[in-house]
Amino acid sequence: MTDIATSPLVEGRTGQWEVVIGLEVHAQVSSQAKLFSGSSATFGAGPNEHVSLVDAAMPGMLPVINRFCVEQAVKTGLGLNAEINLFSVFDRKNYFYADLPQGYQISQFKDPIVGEGSLRIVMADGSTRDIGIERLHLEQDAGKSMHDQHPTKSYIDLNRTGVALMEIVSRPDMRSAAEAAAYVRKLRSILRYLGTCDGNMEEGSLRADVNVSVRRPGGPLGTRTETKNLNSLRFIQAAIDYEVARQIEIIEDGGAIDQETRLFDTATGTTRTMRSKEDAHDYRYFPDPDLLPMIVTQDEVDALASALPELPDDIRDRLMGEYGLSTYDASVITEERDTARYYEAASDGRDRKLVANWMTVELFGALNKSGKSLENCPISPEKLGELVGLISDGTISGRIAKDVFADMFETGKGAAAIVDEKGLKQVSDGGAIEALIDQVLAANQDKVEAYRGGKDKLFGFFVGQVMKQSGGQANPGMVNQILRSKLDGA
Amino acid sequence: MSDILSMTAVAARQALDNKTISAVELTEAYIKAADDTADNNAYVLRTSDKAMEMAKASDKRLAKGEAGLLEGIPIGIKDMFCTQGVETTASSAILKGFVPPYESTVTENLWQDGAVMLGKINCDEFAMGSANETSAFGAVTNPWTASEGPLQGKALTPGGSSGGSAAAMAARSTLLAPGTDTGGSIRQPAAFCGLVGMKPTYGRCSRRGIVAFASSLDQAGPITRDVADCALMMTSMASYDSGDSTSIDAPLPDLMDAFATAKNAGIKGMRIGIPDEYTVDGMPDQIASLWETGRKWLEDAGAVCVPVSLPHTQYALPAYYIIAPAEASSNLARYDGVRYGLRVDGASLDDMYAKTRGAGFGDEVKRRILIGTYVLSAGYYDAYYIKAQKIRRLIQNDFTNVFADVDALLTPSTPSSAFALGDESKDPLSMFLNDVFTVPANLAGIPAISVPAGLSSDGLPLGLQLIAPSLREDTLIKGAAILESAAGFDHVASGAAS
Amino acid sequence: MTENNSEQHAIDTSTIQKIARLARMEIQPEREQALCGELSTIISWIEQLGECDTANVEPLASVTGHSLPMRDDVVTAGNEPEAVLSNAPEEASHFFVVPKVIE
Ligand SMILES: [Mg+2]
Ligand SMILES: [Zn+2]
Repeated sequence: MTDIATSPLVEGRTGQWEVVIGLEVHAQVSSQAKLFSGSSATFGAGPNEHVSLVDAAMPGMLPVINRFCVEQAVKTGLGLNAEINLFSVFDRKNYFYADLPQGYQISQFKDPIVGEGSLRIVMADGSTRDIGIERLHLEQDAGKSMHDQHPTKSYIDLNRTGVALMEIVSRPDMRSAAEAAAYVRKLRSILRYLGTCDGNMEEGSLRADVNVSVRRPGGPLGTRTETKNLNSLRFIQAAIDYEVARQIEIIEDGGAIDQETRLFDTATGTTRTMRSKEDAHDYRYFPDPDLLPMIVTQDEVDALASALPELPDDIRDRLMGEYGLSTYDASVITEERDTARYYEAASDGRDRKLVANWMTVELFGALNKSGKSLENCPISPEKLGELVGLISDGTISGRIAKDVFADMFETGKGAAAIVDEKGLKQVSDGGAIEALIDQVLAANQDKVEAYRGGKDKLFGFFVGQVMKQSGGQANPGMVNQILRSKLDGA
Repeated sequence: MSDILSMTAVAARQALDNKTISAVELTEAYIKAADDTADNNAYVLRTSDKAMEMAKASDKRLAKGEAGLLEGIPIGIKDMFCTQGVETTASSAILKGFVPPYESTVTENLWQDGAVMLGKINCDEFAMGSANETSAFGAVTNPWTASEGPLQGKALTPGGSSGGSAAAMAARSTLLAPGTDTGGSIRQPAAFCGLVGMKPTYGRCSRRGIVAFASSLDQAGPITRDVADCALMMTSMASYDSGDSTSIDAPLPDLMDAFATAKNAGIKGMRIGIPDEYTVDGMPDQIASLWETGRKWLEDAGAVCVPVSLPHTQYALPAYYIIAPAEASSNLARYDGVRYGLRVDGASLDDMYAKTRGAGFGDEVKRRILIGTYVLSAGYYDAYYIKAQKIRRLIQNDFTNVFADVDALLTPSTPSSAFALGDESKDPLSMFLNDVFTVPANLAGIPAISVPAGLSSDGLPLGLQLIAPSLREDTLIKGAAILESAAGFDHVASGAAS
Repeated sequence: MTENNSEQHAIDTSTIQKIARLARMEIQPEREQALCGELSTIISWIEQLGECDTANVEPLASVTGHSLPMRDDVVTAGNEPEAVLSNAPEEASHFFVVPKVIE
């Protein structure tokens, strides 16, 4: 049922290349307060308003951890089928930067709260790939430096300083930009199902550092570069594509890749060196002496596990198993919990596959085109179900349904109401259809002769004429059946 | 006036309750004493107006019968404690002008109990030193002077890092003094100045609002004139603080009761260990003999003294000089010229950092930041830092083992009496050795107290140290009460106000 | 780390410069030579720890033996930019201001 994808290869001047990608995703925990202080973790306050004396690293001010953030990390770990480390340690990562007031970031280095796990991605062709998760740890976000406010100064806002982040580190298991994007989409989906991160990439709640290298298929790993802080799926793919092309060109020209940190320029779609090598960091990690080792009990983990919501993979498997949906349709429908809920409501008591089809094609298409989201979708799940119901019971044809759908999307009215109002009900009365057919045959005697003389292709012409006469409302199945018996059986 | 200054805090509280003296009178006497002894450089900032206001408020509460534990007691605050609205510098140029918009938990506890703030007191820069010579405000002079011998006529150190606090206590320009002790910074200056100094169990006093030196070792505690005052002040300073993750949520034993019990009933059956390893090369005879005398005093009060072994003692000091600088190098990274304190302009952000920190930190602090940075850096972390943390466990295990058999340990507080200012500052290593007896308790996080036990041949105070298991400050107070009454130490520094 | 050999572990001026750079702390050139001596002495002295057998000993990072206390997810601080900025050497409309950082 699920094919394991094979590595897509990139054609270079000198042969084929395999791309190796690993991601470090920083996901902001959806908490009210910061990881180690009581100031607000929400977005959009005036400069330095969401800053406590702890965040500003005032002398003697000490960190105290937010239990909720720890629980969200555990929940996320469980959602990633990962090992939860009951014993974990917070370390200091020491470096100087204007928006890092303490002179160190509190992070987890040697003993993270979550260990190895995995996540399954589904590609557009229905093939799947399991991406390994190396670890998830909790850490503080940094503040924000603004460089464009003054010709010779940078302005520092510490509102984000100390906001709780989950850094989720993948194994280098991805082989294309599309896979990396699928990974981030899937991770985002899981985080949103769990409610541990809102996944809002524009506001920076989810950012990815992309590690890219290239190698000859099956050969030893190449030198990787890390492109930092990408905050959209488009940028992630563009940065990877650029890096892959850049690295292949350098190597094919006989050069070598520098292991370095790079920045993505959103304006040009290119990456450039961020830190020179002589400024290599020595973070001097050591356990933060202001904090004690963190113990989570198995009972606490079990309690969180038992309260875990149904996750996209579970729902996807159910949709595939019980309703017979395709891997891809099921994956698309379950990417967002809201979509899955919409589907469950819309398809309740209806043709499940037909509803899936209408959702993935018509509904998503209309939403996309109108720039609306499911949240403010004019068609409620019940109304979409009603429309599919009308198709299933023969009240309207699929073609008429498309018009009805367009009307529903525009007006928000119910399907049956529109069908009634506009008199679109399908004609399934055998006598009425027969009368129409007789009319058409009588008016086209020459073509009847020709058909009977062997021009079978004219059958379609008769169907078209009958449908036209009925204003599209005649039941096409019945038209076919009656026509055939009149033409062939006579 | 001299009557007022000679009262202990316990006696002064009694007099205040009995209305034989007012808080305003008491505070005025201490403000005058601080004026009279200003030469010793103990205070870096005087808050006399604030003190008078607080004293008046104390008198009102006393009149209404609402007096707190330390109501009306004038206290000078070591400049490591952040005090709201009052400049706090840790005696460093890098914090010059820093006015905290918050109060440390320990000082808040003191004010809640009615204490009166006299001002901020000198210390070694960021509490790094054992002679109070590294302060940006200059050295502090010990009010004690040698009556004979080579030190006669020389200005002596009060010890460090709580040197200003101990000097102000000995000079009687404060009635109580909170100190901080990372490797001996309460006990060593207490010993050099004829005072009682206690470093409680790690976590007993909140570190919130205390300028951090080495977070896993720093602990606040009282410096007082006698053991009863120590019990009183400790009771006020200690508290569980949810704002400090390393704070201990365990009730403090009734220390005043422990003191009374020991005074009335002795310490019959208490088992005291005498650690073999504290006999160090070159220990002056008079310190060895004072130690022996102390043992007899405890036995006379009913204790059983037995030799014990703490085999890893010799490694405590070098391990400390890895751990403390490592933590300090990170703790002091926040002094970068961005949010508070000194800024020296530079061409770039990095240049500004380097210039600010280069100008703002003194030599000793720089040395420790460099050592700390070095021992944590790539390639050295395991060899130095992890090694030291392993030694730290062995040292803690040593204590755990002996405390299975004994209630407390008796050792000298320091390897010498106060030395002349400037004598050891040129040689960082010999300065480190001052802490040889005090550092192990910090590494293990256990409580220890220094009690004045006698005078050296040249007339300078010497202290004895008791070390107890975690949370057993009551054992320390009991043993200290016995040592105190046996020693009958009633000498007063020649430089004391009168 | 096994021998007390100050020559072997001497800290030279390039090491001083490297760690001073890591610590973002300017060292006056005339102090560098003296610091080499002081730090070498201290580091050599520290290296006596090499004598102590620590095989199978777990490093001890905190003495209390307790686990980390946790607080509830409630906003209890912030919204006091004046206090946060009250000591700032340079400030502009509630921002801290530093020399321009070029990324
Ligand atoms: Mg990263
Ligand atoms: Zn990170």
